[in-house]
Amino acid sequence: MTSSGLAVETRGLTKRFGRHEAVSSLDLSVPTGSVFGFLGPNGSGKTTTIRMLLALAAPSAGTITVLGSEMPKRSASVLPRVGALVEGPGFYPFLSGAANLTRFDAAEPGTSSRTRSARVAEALARVGLSAAAAKKVGSYSLGMKQRLGIAVALLSPRDLIVLDEPTNGLDPQGTREVRSLIRGLNADGTTVLVSSHLLAEIEQLCTHAAVMRAGRLVAQGGLDELRGATAAIEIVTPDLDLAREVLARFGLDATADETSTGDSTPRLDAPLPDGVLPEDLVVELVAADVRVRGVAVRRPSLEDRFVELTGEGFDVER
Amino acid sequence: MSNADTLTSPARRRGGGVGDLLLSELALLFRRRRTWALLGALALIPVLLAVAVRLSGSGGGPSFVGDIAGNGLFTGFAAITVAVPLFLPLTVGVVAGDTIAGEASLGTLRYLLITPAGRIRLLLVKFAVAAAFCLAAALTVVVAGLLIGLALFPVGPVTLLSGTEIPAIDAVGRALLIAVHVAISLVGLTAIGVFISTLTDVPVGAMAATVVLSITAQILGSLSQLSALHPYLFSAHWFGFGDLLRDPISWASFGDNVVLQLGYAVVFGSLAMGRFVTRDILS
Repeated sequence: MTSSGLAVETRGLTKRFGRHEAVSSLDLSVPTGSVFGFLGPNGSGKTTTIRMLLALAAPSAGTITVLGSEMPKRSASVLPRVGALVEGPGFYPFLSGAANLTRFDAAEPGTSSRTRSARVAEALARVGLSAAAAKKVGSYSLGMKQRLGIAVALLSPRDLIVLDEPTNGLDPQGTREVRSLIRGLNADGTTVLVSSHLLAEIEQLCTHAAVMRAGRLVAQGGLDELRGATAAIEIVTPDLDLAREVLARFGLDATADETSTGDSTPRLDAPLPDGVLPEDLVVELVAADVRVRGVAVRRPSLEDRFVELTGEGFDVER
Repeated sequence: MSNADTLTSPARRRGGGVGDLLLSELALLFRRRRTWALLGALALIPVLLAVAVRLSGSGGGPSFVGDIAGNGLFTGFAAITVAVPLFLPLTVGVVAGDTIAGEASLGTLRYLLITPAGRIRLLLVKFAVAAAFCLAAALTVVVAGLLIGLALFPVGPVTLLSGTEIPAIDAVGRALLIAVHVAISLVGLTAIGVFISTLTDVPVGAMAATVVLSITAQILGSLSQLSALHPYLFSAHWFGFGDLLRDPISWASFGDNVVLQLGYAVVFGSLAMGRFVTRDILS
């Protein structure tokens, strides 16, 4: 759709609040048609970035391109093509769910009032709220409000949907529904940008991801690329030296796991290059009389990578 | 649902009409229980006034209150005179102070702007609807006064300030004209309230500040040392509706008021726009 094939592109995007830099020279690239996971601990600048993408806040420096047009300059023509849920839902508690959606639909310039009630009903149906349409939003649970927030983003057909923590407050069924909703939207050609700190979520859903820490982008790319493609093999055996010799024949550089304590059997760890099959290794090890007590192949999970990039602690960093 | 559909969809016309948003905004205001509570409280002013006069007879109090017993139509005039200094500015302060800050505190402001309602468009609609509330509020006081007066007291021709007597039906017309004058008088305060509302995410703060300013303006207006300032206070013509009770009607005060209130609307409207258009929405 855009010449660069990117639905969202930022260059050197920076946001300062006084002396505090919330976002520091961010170069974000969200490919068109992707489900893009936007990761980072609380306070890492995700929501501030999203606010700038949607022209709610002005950048202190840098450029933003959304759907091929510069933001915030072209927001009047870009924003109708963008649906968004930002930092939790916001509604008029004294109006019903349907009346709230009608209000937001009426606020959008150029929407037809003739088809408004049909659009509202369809959006409510897509998030499973048809039965609660006439109830006041004040009586909704957090999960229902969250769904209604997603319904606002779905009122008109969109090219880009931005969902900030979409599964906040949802029960497991609701989380699954949101996930299948996102997949459905993406299958229709909509680019979806999902921010989250729930990694399992992202790992199941996304094709691409970016990780933020303390206002900076620490990693970005396809999911496999991010995870680190290389697997590792672990062999549990008392015959360390013999096993290491066998592995060396395959070109594997094995190291004994020093952390193993006296009562457990020693272990060898080695990176497993593509093309070396673990079963071949095992056959060879057994043929060489290595007493193999356990074998495991590990691929690092996104969570390992995330913790590695953003640190273990719970503390907000700044 | 594909990209091509979006571009050609007949549901999406170009252009930024305000019609649907204006209707939605009016519906939002008048579907709120708070709005009806405010209007109900205003309607209570003439009712209390009339009932008090009915129970106690005409003795005591300002003469315009005593006149009610003689002619029910005076209830409308008396009620608006009582409501102008405090009660009307109070309700207008609540509505105008809530315009932007209220949306910000509910979290709906960011969704309106993402929609995109457009910042200037939203501000204009908010101001227009707050001004519409001024008219609704002034009419409520006058109409409730005429109705309760009709119910409790005899009604007859009204003697104007210039001594002419006009029939009852014409007096009703004059009363409605006064409501319009008072509504216009409150436009300046509304513009100030909307401006203050763009400065904060706390609606109660904006409401209180607006009401405090309305009282301050009246205090300044009562200090004779500041008489040079008086024509420029937004409250300058709040009681200028006496001129509408002459025959022929003296429009000077009415016209001056329109110009003055327009001036306030332009100045504070521009300030509000300057603030709102550049502001980071972090609520």
